[in-house]
Amino acid sequence: MRALLAFLGARLTRALVAVWLVSTVVFVVMRLSGDPVPLLLPPDAPRSEYARVAKELGTDRPLPVQYVVFLGHVAQADFGRSIHFREPAMRVVLGYLPATAELGLTAFVFAVLVAVPVGVISAVRRNTLVDQAAMGVALVGQSAPTFFLGILFILTLSLKAGLLPTSGRGDWTHLVLPALTLGAFAMASIARLTRSALLDVLRQDYVRTARAKGLREWRVVAKHAFRNAAIPVLTITGLQLGTLLGGAVVTETVFAWPGIGRLAIHSIYNRDYPVVQCVVFLSAVLFVALNFFIELVYGFLDPRIRPR
Amino acid sequence: MASSIPVSVPAEAPAAEAARGGRVAQRTRRLVAAGAVFVVLLTLMAAAAPWLAPQDPVRQSLRARLAAPTLEAADGRAHPLGTDHLGRDVLSRMIYGARVSLLVGFAAVMVGGLVGAALGILAGYRGGWTDTVIMTVADAQLAFPFILLAIGIIAVLGPSFPTLVIVIGLSGWVDYARVLRSQVLVLRSREFVDAILALGGAVPRIVARHILPNVLSTLVVIATLQLARAIVLEATLSFLGLGIQPPTPSWGGMIQEGREYLDSAWWISIFPGCLLLLTSLVVSRSGDWLRDLLDPTLRSE
Repeated sequence: MRALLAFLGARLTRALVAVWLVSTVVFVVMRLSGDPVPLLLPPDAPRSEYARVAKELGTDRPLPVQYVVFLGHVAQADFGRSIHFREPAMRVVLGYLPATAELGLTAFVFAVLVAVPVGVISAVRRNTLVDQAAMGVALVGQSAPTFFLGILFILTLSLKAGLLPTSGRGDWTHLVLPALTLGAFAMASIARLTRSALLDVLRQDYVRTARAKGLREWRVVAKHAFRNAAIPVLTITGLQLGTLLGGAVVTETVFAWPGIGRLAIHSIYNRDYPVVQCVVFLSAVLFVALNFFIELVYGFLDPRIRPR
Repeated sequence: MASSIPVSVPAEAPAAEAARGGRVAQRTRRLVAAGAVFVVLLTLMAAAAPWLAPQDPVRQSLRARLAAPTLEAADGRAHPLGTDHLGRDVLSRMIYGARVSLLVGFAAVMVGGLVGAALGILAGYRGGWTDTVIMTVADAQLAFPFILLAIGIIAVLGPSFPTLVIVIGLSGWVDYARVLRSQVLVLRSREFVDAILALGGAVPRIVARHILPNVLSTLVVIATLQLARAIVLEATLSFLGLGIQPPTPSWGGMIQEGREYLDSAWWISIFPGCLLLLTSLVVSRSGDWLRDLLDPTLRSE
């Protein structure tokens, strides 16, 4: 029990340090960008107006003080008001979050549902044409730039074949291409890892024993091999869920999907920095929380991972 | 006599195994060589762009807008891969675009490698607080989708060559740091290092003579994989409008420009995209093969 608490404490500390570091980088970058006051005022505003806004934003105080104030605001999830939307940045970002969550989760489920069976088949039918074709596609999927993959899908499946809409959010057909694009990298990685993890296990003595006692091959694979191969697969799968967040920026831009990734890019063009900060910070928190949760699950799944 | 039978069986098996291993290694060596040739050719193409490109990559031509790929010369010029919405030659732009990709890619790998190596050695050598701080930062960076931070930083600082190189470079320092740190930790506990130090040997010399040669092959593998990543990241940022700015041609920028004309003039996006995909695939596979060759313990199935 004490070991478990220590384990949780260490992981929690690491997660908090990561979030703190990200907010510090956000602060430094925002200060490097120069004075935010002129952005908020019309060019012909009087000097007194500048001084008033600077006082209001706190930019007239020394940097260390500003930093502490900033951290205080971050702790309250307050990133100031969006310049473009004229409401609190956090509220704006939270409004766009469901679309990203929908896309990310669909892509993830898609990736796992395709990748795990493909990986298993590849391992069982090792070095056959099926295996080589599947792994070839996976390799391309792993190194293809996400945005180009999206464009290839739009060109072939929407514009030429006319099967699916090119962009926007609507019924389920709008979800297919973005989810496929976003999930491609995860799909490829999970399929390759499932295959190699299963191949590793199929070499073990207990698998030979299971075969020797006359079990059917599918039973050997399903019951004896797959369960043991599942832990590394789970690890990489969990990590992939996090990287989907980063990929969402690109995918949402390609497919005009109204999520936080596209919001971030638009806000950059509008110089709406409070929203950019908020997206970066919120993604960091989500990502770190996700990883923390996944590590927690392993701790319970596999006692060997739990540190002494 | 009886004992010779079981002995001869295992004695033969490793030999056969080794022979097969040798064949695999030879094949891997050829693949690595092929990958290296590809990168060298691409670099030569980028360097010789002014002589190789059939046309000026930024020269616009209203009459030749959105011309389809053809070997026949319209308006006195052939456009084997077509033209874009401003009548610029796609092939020439692709050849010039390789300059941005490779320049940013190699420079970013250098930056990441230098920073990562320095911090890794420092962490391993100093230990204690220095080590804790450096490795915590490394963990934190891995615990975050870096592209978001990169987008934020470039958005604020403005896209320029140095910003791109530094941001892309810093996105990959952790791998180098980890490898060097663990090597330094191993070597620091060895007696001969104590002996050198006791005899008044300098630390930089130990690093240069005893640590770097040991990790050089691993560093080359990491650098190759990072090169593929850096090229894709640069293209992604260019695609989002945060890379090298127009009119300088870059693959990511070309793909972005062609997006609006995908239905009528697919060649604007697809040709540079395919070259980018090919480059990314070949370079990252070369990294994998190189790893198999140099470090058999890490061999992937």
